[in-house]
Parts: sequence; C-alpha cells; structure tokens
Amino acid sequence: MKVLSPKLQVSSLRFGVGLIVLLVIALAVAVFLGSEKLRFFELTDEQNAILFDIRLPRILLGATVGASLALAGASLQSLLRNPLAEPYLLGVSNGAALGTMLAFIFFAASETARPLMAFAGASLATLAVYQMAKSRAGMNVERLILSGVIVTTFLSSILVLLTSLLDAAKLRSFTFWLLGDLSQATKNAFYLTLIVAVLGAIVLSSQARALNLMMIGERDAFDFGVEVGRTRVIVFTTAAALVGVSVAASGSVGYVGLIVPHLVRLTIGSDNRLVIPFSALAGAIFVVLADTIARTAIAPRELPVGAITALVGAPLFIYLLRKN
Amino acid sequence: MLQVENISINYGVCAVAADISFALEAGKIFVLLGANGAGKTTLLKSLNGALPVSAGEIWLDGKLIENYSRQEIARKITVIAQETETKFPVSVAEFVLSGRFAHGAAFGWETERDLRIALDCLERCDLKNYENRSMNQLSGGERQRVVLARALATEAKILLLDEPTANLDLAHQSLLFRLIKERCETNAASAIVITHDLNLASEFADEIILLKDGRISAKGEPRTVLTKENLQKVFDVNVLLDENPISKKSRVTTIY
Repeated sequence: MKVLSPKLQVSSLRFGVGLIVLLVIALAVAVFLGSEKLRFFELTDEQNAILFDIRLPRILLGATVGASLALAGASLQSLLRNPLAEPYLLGVSNGAALGTMLAFIFFAASETARPLMAFAGASLATLAVYQMAKSRAGMNVERLILSGVIVTTFLSSILVLLTSLLDAAKLRSFTFWLLGDLSQATKNAFYLTLIVAVLGAIVLSSQARALNLMMIGERDAFDFGVEVGRTRVIVFTTAAALVGVSVAASGSVGYVGLIVPHLVRLTIGSDNRLVIPFSALAGAIFVVLADTIARTAIAPRELPVGAITALVGAPLFIYLLRKN
Repeated sequence: MLQVENISINYGVCAVAADISFALEAGKIFVLLGANGAGKTTLLKSLNGALPVSAGEIWLDGKLIENYSRQEIARKITVIAQETETKFPVSVAEFVLSGRFAHGAAFGWETERDLRIALDCLERCDLKNYENRSMNQLSGGERQRVVLARALATEAKILLLDEPTANLDLAHQSLLFRLIKERCETNAASAIVITHDLNLASEFADEIILLKDGRISAKGEPRTVLTKENLQKVFDVNVLLDENPISKKSRVTTIY
C-alpha cells in the first residue's frame, strides 16, 4: 500500500526528519562560508554587522524563497497535470518581476508596493498563460510550455526596455536581480517571505487531496467531488502570492519549482499531502546551498543564485521533456 | 432517485439532446442505446451536473441537482467516463482511493475503512494484489477494471457508465455486468449504462432508452424496445431477432 502503509509512514517520517537535519546543516554551512572569514567567538563589531545584517538575512531569505518557489512549482504541476510547469518557465516569475520594477519606478520609496505589485503581476501572468494554453480539446504539455515561453519572452522584452531607461550604476544590480539574486536581502524581506511561505504551505496543504484528484484528470476530479474551479483559483492565487513576494525580494530564481518537487516525487511518490510540505523543506535546502555556491565560487566576486539553479535545472528540464 | 424532466442540452447553438424525460428507480439498470453522435455521452454527462442543461430539470432524491455541492453529488452519483488518462505515476491504490474523496475531510487522510473498501473493490474486480502497480503500466482492460473499482469504492447509489466494456475481454465484460447487477440488487443502487452491445443490453437492462438524434425514439423493457423496426430506424441495420434459449431474453443478430 502506498498511502497508508506503516512502511511508508516510517519512510516519510524518516524523509521529513532527514530534510530538517539537512536544512540545519545547510544553514550552518552557509553561515560559516563566505568571502569574509568569520571566527565566531571573537567577532569584531564590523564582522558582527556582516553576520547579522548581511549574511544571516541573506541565508534565511534564500531558505524562504526556495521554499516558496518549490511550493508554487509542486502545486502548479499537480493542478495543470504537467510535470514541467514551473513559475519561471510559465512566465509567472517575469510577471512578478515586471510588477516589482513598475513599483520601483513609480513608488520607489514604498517598500510595501513592490511585493503587492509583484503579486499582481504574477497573477496576471498566470491568468494569461492559463487562458492561452487552454483549448477546447484540453491542455497538453507542450501547449502550456509554449504559452509560458511566449509570456516569458514578451515580459522579458518589456523588462529590458525598462532596464535600458535606468542609469548605468543601477543597471548591473538590476541585471543580477532579473537573474535571481539574494545579495539585496533585508530582514523585512525575510519576514514577509517567511509569513507568506508558511501561510502558503498551509493553504496548499489544505488542497493537497483535491490536487491528488486533479493530477489524475480534471473531469475525474469533478466527477469525484472536487470543486474544480475553486481549487484552481485557490492554487493559482496562492502560487502567485508565493512567487510574487519571492521575486520582489530576490528576482526570478529559476527552475527551483521544477527540480525540487521532481526529486521529492522520486523519493516518496506523488501524493501531494507529502510532496507539498516536503518540497517546501527541500526547496529551502536547495536555494541555501545554491546561494552558498554563488557567494563563494569566485569569491570575492559573486554570481546571481539564479545562474546556479538554472545550471542544474535546464538539463533536468530537457531530460523530463524527453521522458514525457 | 433520479428524475429527468424534459431536459435539453446545447453545445453552442447546436442542440445535442432535446426534450428527454425518464425516472430512474432504485434497483434498476437502464441502458442507453443509439448510433454514434446520438447524444448518449452528452446526456450522461448532464446527469451529474458535468454539463449544464439548457432547459428542463434534473431532480436527485427530491432536490434539484444544481442545489447540491460537488461533494454531495459525488457521494450519490459515480461515473465511469470513456477515457481516463494519467500523466503522473499514480499507483492503483491511490487511484481507487480517490473514489473515497467525497467521504473524507479534504485536509485529511484516508481512514482504515476507506482502505478496506478500496482493497475489497479491487478484489471484486479481479485485481487482487494490484494495489502497488502503477496505473501507467496496466493494459487497457486492467485500467478499465481499476476505473470500475474506483466507481464501486464511492458507494454511490447511482452509477453512470459510459461504454464500460470497451476494453474488456468476454469474461470481464460479464464480470462487470454481474458486479453492477449485484450492486443494484443488494444495495438498492441503480445504473445507467451506455453500450453498443445489444445483447448485453437485452440480458441486463430493466429498461432500454433508444436515442436518435438527441431524442428518445423508444423506451421500455428490452423485449418491447428491441424490435426489427426500431433497430432499423435507429441503427439503419437489418437484424434477426430470436430468443436466447438459456436466459429466454431477446437475442439480436446483425444481418450483413
């Protein structure tokens, strides 16, 4: 038995505990490694500031962003019955990026405008992709991905247009941010993403069993008692919120929502009641580690974390596409 | 149980079913017969609210069907649709347990009882020890039986079956009809079945509804509906009618 057997209960418990231990280890490694070597029992004031105001918020933000993106990916994949659905590839991240950028241009002083407009942008992009991909005959894998590509490239061109209006000094930090970059992390951004990630995980878990049926087929889910329309609105909105606040804080970190749920499913099967919470934990680990590499690989210079995740994610995408 | 009053169904401007009425009582098996495109599947889809009707009313246990929630309907009506595809590697057990969704809390896990029902239904459908297999690795006939097991696992009193025998071999065709008949007799359930097999219809139906161009062309006991004239009119074929010497029911043989 897959769902209830004591064996699976034990193995999923083990997996969960293992992920928590791994997350603690990843966080610890991330704190110790960095271009500024810290000796923890004799910190100068300056090093104290580096640790608590720069490095720690960045690491923790990486964890919450990773969790958020993995949650969004896992739930969108089940909802759309498409193992390739991913916020970045569907253009949802770019929608959020455009929202963030517009907020930056029009309400530069306001810190609340950015995540709100990112959420709006992510929602609109989701709606656009869904409407384009939907057809009378249903929605196949390729059509959804193509719609995502179209929305992504369209939004990218607007983003580039806006970027070119910025002055040169800001340009580099924006280019980094567009690729997914955690170096601008603040404590407030961390708190906001933490709250949204926790709420998102709860809301999506409440839809997990309905998503199990949606994963089999929309018509089936409807016939067997799922309020399909309601589930769709809840999952789309929650995913847009998760992606929105993540992108507002750290730009479009790609492929997290693809890689992480895939690895989780390989380990414990495709029951969303396990996949959703475990993806959150695994996503946090993945981005914390990826960002540690981004910070240290060519220290003292830095890479955007999105470059590292894409390096892992793109080959996996091709593999999944071929397997399909 | 299910009362259909003068319903019509349109796809866009095109009427697919018109002015259909019947009443399904507990314990009965109805068979829907008709040529391709006669509106059988459309009619079946409307009966659990999956397709909206453009006119008429559907009453389920004394209440209009649109006043039920999806979960309430799923507890009363279950469906075997023509095609079920799965992209994710879902196990047979997970698939059958999805039939228990309407009975549980959305947040929760299946209970021991859900699990017992699922395993029992698998065994009845000749699928003992299949629970850990992946749906994607089954043959067409095996999948069809898993779909039947899921429908039985809902414990719904009304079964809507759209060509449930399409992929089944002879032995499993009769197994399916025996399971449905047994469900109807012992649980006061009832079923509406679409099939193209006139002899299965003759053997198992309490009542046959003959559809032509979206309208009811004939309705009643198999013996009164399965006549040379009716079959000529609806299917445009010549048939030989005689009696099955064992069951004493009408037997239909196509004349080519």
